[in-house]
Amino acid sequence: METLRVTLTGRDFFLNLKNPVLTASGTFGYGLEFMPYGDLQILGGIVVKGLSLVPREGNPMPRIAETPCGMLNSIGLQNCGVEAFLRDKLPLLPADALPVIANLYATSTGEFGELATVLAAERAIAALEVNISCPNVNEGGSFFGQDPRMAAAVTAAVKKNAGAKPVIVKLSPNVTDICEIARACEAGGADMLSCINTLSGMAVDLAGRRPLLAMITGGLSGPAIKPVALRCVWQVSRAVGIPVIGIGGAQCAEDVLEFILAGASAVQIGTANFSRPDAAFRIVRELPAVLEKYNVTSWDSFRGSLQTA
Amino acid sequence: MPQPILAQLTVTHVEPLGGIDAQAAFFLMRLTLPPWDGWKPGQFIMLRPAGGDAGRLWGRPFSICRADDANLCVFFQARGRATMAMAEFATGTILDAWGPLGNALAVEDDTPTLLLAGGVGIAPFVGYVHAHPRPENLIMEFGHRMPLPCYPFEGIRTKISANAHREKEAGDREGFLHLLDDRIRQFSAEGLVLACGPTPFLEAVQTFSLRYKARTQLCLETRMACGIGACLGCVVKAALPPKARPDRKMPEKYAPPGSAARAEYHHVQTCICGPNFWADTVSLR
Ligand SMILES: Cc1cc2nc3c(=O)[nH]c(=O)nc-3n(C[C@H](O)[C@H](O)[C@H](O)COP(=O)(O)OP(=O)(O)OC[C@H]3O[C@@H](n4cnc5c(N)ncnc54)[C@H](O)[C@@H]3O)c2cc1C
Ligand SMILES: Cc1cc2nc3c(=O)[nH]c(=O)nc-3n(C[C@H](O)[C@H](O)[C@H](O)COP(=O)(O)O)c2cc1C
Ligand code: FES
Repeated sequence: METLRVTLTGRDFFLNLKNPVLTASGTFGYGLEFMPYGDLQILGGIVVKGLSLVPREGNPMPRIAETPCGMLNSIGLQNCGVEAFLRDKLPLLPADALPVIANLYATSTGEFGELATVLAAERAIAALEVNISCPNVNEGGSFFGQDPRMAAAVTAAVKKNAGAKPVIVKLSPNVTDICEIARACEAGGADMLSCINTLSGMAVDLAGRRPLLAMITGGLSGPAIKPVALRCVWQVSRAVGIPVIGIGGAQCAEDVLEFILAGASAVQIGTANFSRPDAAFRIVRELPAVLEKYNVTSWDSFRGSLQTA
Repeated sequence: MPQPILAQLTVTHVEPLGGIDAQAAFFLMRLTLPPWDGWKPGQFIMLRPAGGDAGRLWGRPFSICRADDANLCVFFQARGRATMAMAEFATGTILDAWGPLGNALAVEDDTPTLLLAGGVGIAPFVGYVHAHPRPENLIMEFGHRMPLPCYPFEGIRTKISANAHREKEAGDREGFLHLLDDRIRQFSAEGLVLACGPTPFLEAVQTFSLRYKARTQLCLETRMACGIGACLGCVVKAALPPKARPDRKMPEKYAPPGSAARAEYHHVQTCICGPNFWADTVSLR
């Protein structure tokens, strides 16, 4: 393949990436943490930790647990707040050479809209990714991402204020029919979708008869969820007409190709960043050889080319 | 602080300490030296078998016990899945390692310094006493459960004045706590206290330090996934220096009770803001 470059052509706006390898929100800090371990500029882009309008302390400890081929987290969206991010972190990122995608967390459509307004004004932000796996305080705390009506409304609220930034809506797998939510987000104006967020799960300490997380339940990530993520990408990419970004358990360049084969246009590397802080950089470096090995000559012909018959 | 690096290190030796009596639960592991710019006592390193760890995704944090021209040394207790596997590592096993991570223990050349160690918490003090420019200013009180040869104590005793206290039965603990109380009081006026060990031990040290206004650093152990500040899984509640505090000018309407906009203590990552915290700035509960 001559170039790894890929363009995600959204409904209204596109995202041009030098390669399809992104990092997943909450697993790559604000990007700065990884500077000692690789050149950020070789990445297709980074998605930073979920940002809210005000700083959040997150949930009580313990809030991570290691599980077979995976991990649970209930961080509770601890973050420095959008203002501190824009002031203290973003200027330190090489945003001219690296698409920096902001991940939005809020608990009402109004707040989502406000966040989008703040971020849309920022030249160094390449796109907005909307985390809809969060509770809507105005609707009894039920999750935006579990109700097609609320998912569409929150997409529209962000879209309305996002200016010329592509809007990516990040889907939750904790639903009966992910395609229904995907279509609702598309109808709400999403430029692209990303899937999946973590799967709801729990782990217990048998001897102590206690849950391993203070919040009892948390989100499962890592290779354990890759089959679920692949299934979701496969289904969603066939249900909508906008690009899909695959997330869930990708650990190596082969995994990236598997997601693209299933229909993804790009892939986010998440929990793998914890296993080795250069994981995402390494995947980018390995990509050309793996493309050659599997005889992939263009993204467009390879994407979604899974032979099912 | 030296920049952390990621490197592949080779296990050169894993030596059980203390022998059969202790059911070989304590080990010194020697590794090839990472090509780093150096490290400071109190810092730690993340270790994970290269190429995967039987379905375990995280590296594990270990205090850097010592490093010389050729070797990096880690002292560990086999107490769970990863550390039990580490005890079995053959010479030649390759590990992914990233570090040095975290902050260093305070070094004040001319200040009388009391080192308080509990069990495997002795690890960072091995390097500390060897690197300290005036070891005659150091005194150690070491509390332990297993026989003394299980721990790298002798090497410390050859450098500084060090006393070991074994907890064999319930009453021994009481005695050790009294000793801690006494010692911390003695060092409170002009000294420095450094403590590393299990959380109940650190809680006791913190209580006495606050009581006597002793300047004390506590080396915390929390579960870690990344070791580099990215996952936010290792946080403790700590009072930050003003410039590091999140912005307080956020609109109050968005600040729920207990949120950063209102709280005085904040969740900070043990791996990058610690693992060594001043006792009067951190909440252990
Ligand atoms: C900065 C730092 C420095 C450390 N230095 C050393 C050292 O020099 N030598 C040493 O032996 N250990 C050290 N530890 C603790 C060491 O990281 C844990 O013992 C190790 O991660 C356990 O892994 P495991 O898979 O064997 O245990 P698991 O199977 O994960 O757990 C076994 C038991 O250990 C407890 N545990 C797991 N992780 C930790 C942790 N990070 N802190 C406290 N308890 C834990 C669990 O709750 C459980 O009870 C340090 C920890 C930190 C954060
Ligand atoms: C510790 C941790 C924190 C996360 N924080 C966020 C977040 O702030 N916003 C978000 O949209 N997703 C968050 N996620 C979900 C990841 O971005 C990703 O969707 C999920 O982990 C699945 O991918 P993986 O298996 O490659 O990790 C987080 C995941 C982990 C493990
Ligand atoms: S271990 Fe990940 S933030 Fe500290």
